[in-house]
Amino acid sequence: MFVIRNKKIFIIISIVLVALSIFSICFFGLNAGIDFKGGALTEVTYKDARPTQEELNPILESLGFGSMLLQPAGDSDYIVKSRELNDIEHKQLLNALSQDGKNLLEEKNFSSIGPSVGKELTRKAIVAIILVSLGIIIFIAFAFRKVSKPVSSWKYGFIAIVSLLHDVIIPVGIFALLSHFLGIEMDTLFVVAVLTILGLSVSDTIVIFDRIRENIRGQAMINKINFPETVGKSLQQSFVRSICTSLTVILVLLALFFFGPYSTKYFALVLAFGMFFGTYSSIFLASPLLVVVEGWQKKKSKK
Amino acid sequence: MALIILILGVAVAFFVFKSEPKFNKNYEQAPSFLKSFPFRLGLDLSGGSHLIYKADVSQVPAGQVSDSMNSLRDVIERRINLFGVSEPVVQVQEGSFVSGGDEKLIVDLPGVTDVEKATAMIGQTPLLEFKIEAPEDAPRELIVNEKGEATIDMSKQYVSTELTGRYLKKAVLEFDQTTGEPIVGLQFDDTGSKLFAEITKNNVGKVVAIYLDGSPISTPVVREEITGGQAQISGTFTATEAKQLVGRLNSGALPVPITLLSKQTIGATLGDNALYAGMKAAIIGFLFVALFLILWYRLPGLVAVISLCVYIVIILSLFKLLPVTLTAAGIAGFIISIGIAVDANVLIFERVKEELRSGRTIADSISAGFSRAWFSIRDSNISSIITAIILFWFGTSLIKGFALTLGMGVLVSMLSAITISRIFLYGVSFIGEGKVARFLFSSGISK
Repeated sequence: MFVIRNKKIFIIISIVLVALSIFSICFFGLNAGIDFKGGALTEVTYKDARPTQEELNPILESLGFGSMLLQPAGDSDYIVKSRELNDIEHKQLLNALSQDGKNLLEEKNFSSIGPSVGKELTRKAIVAIILVSLGIIIFIAFAFRKVSKPVSSWKYGFIAIVSLLHDVIIPVGIFALLSHFLGIEMDTLFVVAVLTILGLSVSDTIVIFDRIRENIRGQAMINKINFPETVGKSLQQSFVRSICTSLTVILVLLALFFFGPYSTKYFALVLAFGMFFGTYSSIFLASPLLVVVEGWQKKKSKK
Repeated sequence: MALIILILGVAVAFFVFKSEPKFNKNYEQAPSFLKSFPFRLGLDLSGGSHLIYKADVSQVPAGQVSDSMNSLRDVIERRINLFGVSEPVVQVQEGSFVSGGDEKLIVDLPGVTDVEKATAMIGQTPLLEFKIEAPEDAPRELIVNEKGEATIDMSKQYVSTELTGRYLKKAVLEFDQTTGEPIVGLQFDDTGSKLFAEITKNNVGKVVAIYLDGSPISTPVVREEITGGQAQISGTFTATEAKQLVGRLNSGALPVPITLLSKQTIGATLGDNALYAGMKAAIIGFLFVALFLILWYRLPGLVAVISLCVYIVIILSLFKLLPVTLTAAGIAGFIISIGIAVDANVLIFERVKEELRSGRTIADSISAGFSRAWFSIRDSNISSIITAIILFWFGTSLIKGFALTLGMGVLVSMLSAITISRIFLYGVSFIGEGKVARFLFSSGISK
């Protein structure tokens, strides 16, 4: 199997991708949305002509609500991002946007989120990430409790977790890049996407490891196993399935990205990247790593 | 057997489409597109307001927090119902380590897009107070108005008692037997009855003023001690006013003060667009998957598509029957579950193909394929289920919708793959062992 023969190249590719993603996260940062830091978002659509940003900006400034961001959306919409607004301020803003009622508009969407709600959400997100990771680690430990030779079960689990990190870090890195250049904000759904990647991508790795386990068991003489060959054979048997299943999920996610509602657009994109790298890592990272680890073990025992 | 399932599937699909009016009160007014899909829609799809209040429970003893939060929820629910919002959802979110310790109340108002009006109708507190005459020696203050007329400041003439609307059990609308005037009858709870008895006992021959929202509405003179805990307000109001007052009194005062933390309004057009886009994405996504399955897996692929249809019908009817409130994220979860549902089928088909290559007959290959694929199917879905459960546990309503549809999707798809696909595959395996049959059961670009 060429993947096993060229394992070093693929492992290096993964390391480079992860490094780039970490760099992207650190350098660009994740643009936290109002879900997390609190604030208000007002989206209006104009019935007739939409005024230009130059016309509206001075009016908005005169409201004195601090810094506000006026973003055009679609052909006739504006999205205004500001600090949290109370009822009176909200009315003043709408009035300002409609240029004192002269320009008819309809409010499509308004959210004002207090900073304490944002803090709560951040805390919840962190707890959820920790719990999901723990749950999956426990599951992996359970799934591989019976495999011991020639690579002990905790090593399977460890490698599965390494490839899991790889699957999460790369989409987050891509998202950081996108959020820097396209101004996409990190919202609740982004956290959900990351957690879903955790759940989905590990399954691919587990299915392939399952296969390896089965093939090891099938061999009579446990000491004569050619481990790299067994892994290669297992990969050969399961890579079509891996690619097919993630392809179907990616297909529906792309449909969701291109045709779905705006609110879940980037959610679908992050998930699609997650699926892609989840499958990639189970074939091109987790299995080669397993062979590498087995190689180390052999060297050790020979000494 | 396969036929029976197919027929059942069609019947369920028929139910999904035809059973709609029962679930949707606005069936007649709904646009034609919605008519065929009136699932219970979340606020982000139907339009409406989502409000989060923080309840200040610092004055409430620790043991009674959950009681007072529940009565807060009831009061708010009653107030909203007075204004005729259809299917409002009022939920208590208990403070915990995760949520930062604040007790919160979450209010969803479908169809209410005017957030100011919504907050106003929730915040409206009828304040009912019972006041007694101030002692004779208390200073009387005069108010001089613009015209130079002096009046006694009424607010200083009466002093507050402990008895307020808090101790009210219920209010009823009655009519005076002799004059036919509307009267508001009050029934106090135990504490209220005691307080009222005490007040009337100490004030025989004096006025006990009933204040509503800070102004006196009735100033009856006490004739004797009243122990039954019943009182009447006979002001000069019309029947409608009296009825409104009864409604407001029954909805009661808030047991704990609340402050608005966050508000969200989604306009109806935005919701409609999101719903339409979600349906479109679901259909297109399904078509992609179906095309891929048939091209790659041929006959088993077609079987998978049919069992996928059955899966979709089952899950949609579950959404209706439970019912599951669909949000944009929920639809996303459902769409992803279509992709995942294929996974189990693919696992099985790949195994069947291997068995075929090893020279078995088609029927043997199918049964071996199923039994060997089951463990992989189970293992590969468990991690998704773990994620879905944790997300459901911790999520806000938005996340819950996603976790629920995804989790249900994974579970149902597992079951549908191992039962429905199997039955269908056996159903079509009668085509025999000829070359054509073997071609149809193979897949991919291999011969």
